Amino acid sequence: MLASLAAPDESLPTLAEVVRVLTFRAGYNTSTVLLGVTLLGVAGGVVGVFALLRKRALMADALSHATLPGVALAFLAALTLGFSGRSLPILLLGAAVTGVLGVVCVQLLLRVSRLREDAAIGIVLSVFFGAGIVLLSIVQNSGSANAAGLNHFIYGQTAAMRVSDAALMGGIALASILLAFLLLKEFGLVCFNAAFADVDGWPVSTLDLVMMALVVLVVVAGLQAVGLILVIALLILPPVAARFWTQRLWTLVVLAGVLGGLSGYLGAAISALMPRKPAGAVIVLTSGAVFALSMLFAPSRGVLASALRRFALRIRFAREHLLEAAHENAGTLGRAALDALARRRGWPGWFRSMILTSARVRGLVAAANGEVRLTDAGAAAGARIARNHRLWEEYLIRYADVAPSHVDWSVDQVEHVLSEHLVAELEDALRARAKGAAR
Amino acid sequence: MTPAFSIALDLFPLLAALLAALVCGLLGNFLVLRRLSLMGDAISHAVLPGLVIAFILTSSRSSTAMFLGAAIAGLATVVLVELVKRLGKVEPGAAMGVVFSVLFALGVLLIERAAVRHVDLDAECVLHGQLETLVWFDAPTRFADLLSLDTLRAAPRQVTTLLAMLGAGVVFVALFFKELRIAAFDPALATTQGFHAGVMHYALMLFVAAATVASFEAVGSILVIAMLICPAATARLLTDRLLPQVLVCAAASTLAAFAGYFGSTWIPAAFGADSVNAAGSITLAAGGLLALAVLASPSHGVIAAAARRARLRRSIELDDLLAALFREEETGQRRMGALRPAAAQRAIGRGLVARTGDRLALTDPGRAQAREVVRRHRLWEAYLVERAGLSPDHVHETAERLEHLGVRPAEGPALDPHGREIPRGSPE
Repeated sequence: MLASLAAPDESLPTLAEVVRVLTFRAGYNTSTVLLGVTLLGVAGGVVGVFALLRKRALMADALSHATLPGVALAFLAALTLGFSGRSLPILLLGAAVTGVLGVVCVQLLLRVSRLREDAAIGIVLSVFFGAGIVLLSIVQNSGSANAAGLNHFIYGQTAAMRVSDAALMGGIALASILLAFLLLKEFGLVCFNAAFADVDGWPVSTLDLVMMALVVLVVVAGLQAVGLILVIALLILPPVAARFWTQRLWTLVVLAGVLGGLSGYLGAAISALMPRKPAGAVIVLTSGAVFALSMLFAPSRGVLASALRRFALRIRFAREHLLEAAHENAGTLGRAALDALARRRGWPGWFRSMILTSARVRGLVAAANGEVRLTDAGAAAGARIARNHRLWEEYLIRYADVAPSHVDWSVDQVEHVLSEHLVAELEDALRARAKGAAR
Repeated sequence: MTPAFSIALDLFPLLAALLAALVCGLLGNFLVLRRLSLMGDAISHAVLPGLVIAFILTSSRSSTAMFLGAAIAGLATVVLVELVKRLGKVEPGAAMGVVFSVLFALGVLLIERAAVRHVDLDAECVLHGQLETLVWFDAPTRFADLLSLDTLRAAPRQVTTLLAMLGAGVVFVALFFKELRIAAFDPALATTQGFHAGVMHYALMLFVAAATVASFEAVGSILVIAMLICPAATARLLTDRLLPQVLVCAAASTLAAFAGYFGSTWIPAAFGADSVNAAGSITLAAGGLLALAVLASPSHGVIAAAARRARLRRSIELDDLLAALFREEETGQRRMGALRPAAAQRAIGRGLVARTGDRLALTDPGRAQAREVVRRHRLWEAYLVERAGLSPDHVHETAERLEHLGVRPAEGPALDPHGREIPRGSPE
């Protein structure tokens, strides 16, 4: 993958170089940037969890786009006041101010107009960004020599970062990580049940504000390295990826932090080795890869796992159909009967052999010469399934007002989910009713 | 420097901006209605890799290849968002964020790679376009000379593409107006009516992607996003019907394009500065129009709502004053509590109340109106006790609010729950 990403006039780094960068031995500057971006990734992951759970993921997008006019205004203001326009703290302060203003505008639009959240976010995002573009062109017209650096806030640039910049970024990131962990319990409460938190006396709106402030911190910290268009990815990708692996908040936060940190670390390392690569894009693609892997391969919520689960369930249902059919056919199914069953159920050949195999390895059937014979265990299972079937039919006819012609159709699905306990209860009830009717 | 319209410098940029604004605005109507505004945002970010890949593969800026690449990327965005949402059970907003940020990052990475090959595609112009480069070198100087085929021949590719795109968009919307409308307001109904809302959805997304590509080269993706959302949102605040919404939206797009384009030159010129980025200032103009609509829309604006509230407050104050005076006459006791002097002034001004010394008294028309208010109040009290099962000592506060509604319960008993007579309707 690296090879295809490398530009023609850029040679691939040697292994020694790779190791040097990854182990923080490639010079003070590179190492500081690497550490700073890693911290940024962790902060994005941790803070992003709450933004995700609170369904504010795209609010952060409006926020990050709204930072551009702030950066340009701060630059112009600093120049008029006689400071250097490249002073990062001043620029980031400006970014934070207009970023917050953008969020306030979204809230205001939602409150006073009938526009929906999507439109409000899109409006703020584009209008603020447009204002930023206008201001940037004013900055450029002003002919200030160091104005070009402002463009890096759009796409991000780690190569030009100084140690002090990286330290500032890392510091902000670290502060927001600490704050997030300090308020973990409170945030969790607000995320999962805001109404309850409110009733329970927690200052929900203040906590929401603090949460938003953390998002602002991460966005602002990430501006220089990742750029304002992609910084939102730091907040969204790691938490969404981590969400595939766990159901617990604490684990989710830690995991999102780790995945974010990992993406930041790898992304910054790659762009340190190949300085032409825009760091922001590399970081985002790294976490994109982490996301894709998580989505596919996570054990419980992953796509592959749930597809396998669904398939296993299909096999189980089909196996039970097979056992039931054999049970009703005096314990054996000849080749012709098997063919008929497969045709009726719509089982393709490969599926049919999988069913047979699964029944055989469980010791439920013995198959020979294309015939199926139930073993003792298989006969018991077949009898149980058939009995469930009958019970359900009876139940649905009597109690659930289901038209008798529909019963068989629905029964095929429910008999598999019926618990033994429920069956016993149902049987008793039916027996009692049958006695009552006989009397 | 004299800010004026020059055909050579301004005609094609203005035309490109106008066309882009119109086509994006047109499609934006349906995005905003279907709460898919951010899908427009996502698509316009995500077409970038499609463009760049098409560019790298063909090594040319051929429109066809670019269009194809971007359209594929646009559709891929929609499909991927759907997949992430459905398969990964990810919340819609986050799913969109995941897909477009990753695709955009891919585009940014690839664009750097393309830039190394010394070709003129750069990440900055993707964002804010190159309106300023659409110069017509041997342009005629008189407007009258524009009315010839040469104008069309001289038009740069961006303008002709946008023109074609606008035409296609108008045809699409006109042909499928009914379907788009049903799909926008009630997708389930659309499906029961025999056409697939999903197909409409993808067709719309395809058009959004195509419009994005057609526009981005001239005006940049940021203006595309602004134009997809702002004019449509503006129109949404001004009207409740779809056809007027589409027309108002077109007007808002046009206005924003003109105001923004000329504003970008003329306003800085007034301060003796160079012109600013036109795409950015058109975005600002669109935002300004929207802000205006939010404030001043006759039906949904902040000002209109405030005026409605003030009117309601005044009428409630007047009702309360009249009712208090009526009860005073009824019982013979002074029971005027804290009343707004302004309400008394208004009542006197309307001839409903007359002042004698420091006392207020109802005039005949005032008494008739007051009787109606008290009648509504007591009818509501009776209703609340009889029908809603409230106890008589709990109904006064509720009735105090209900009496200001235009409606009242049908004729009730002669006495209210407190034993007071319910005035009959005034003899007409």
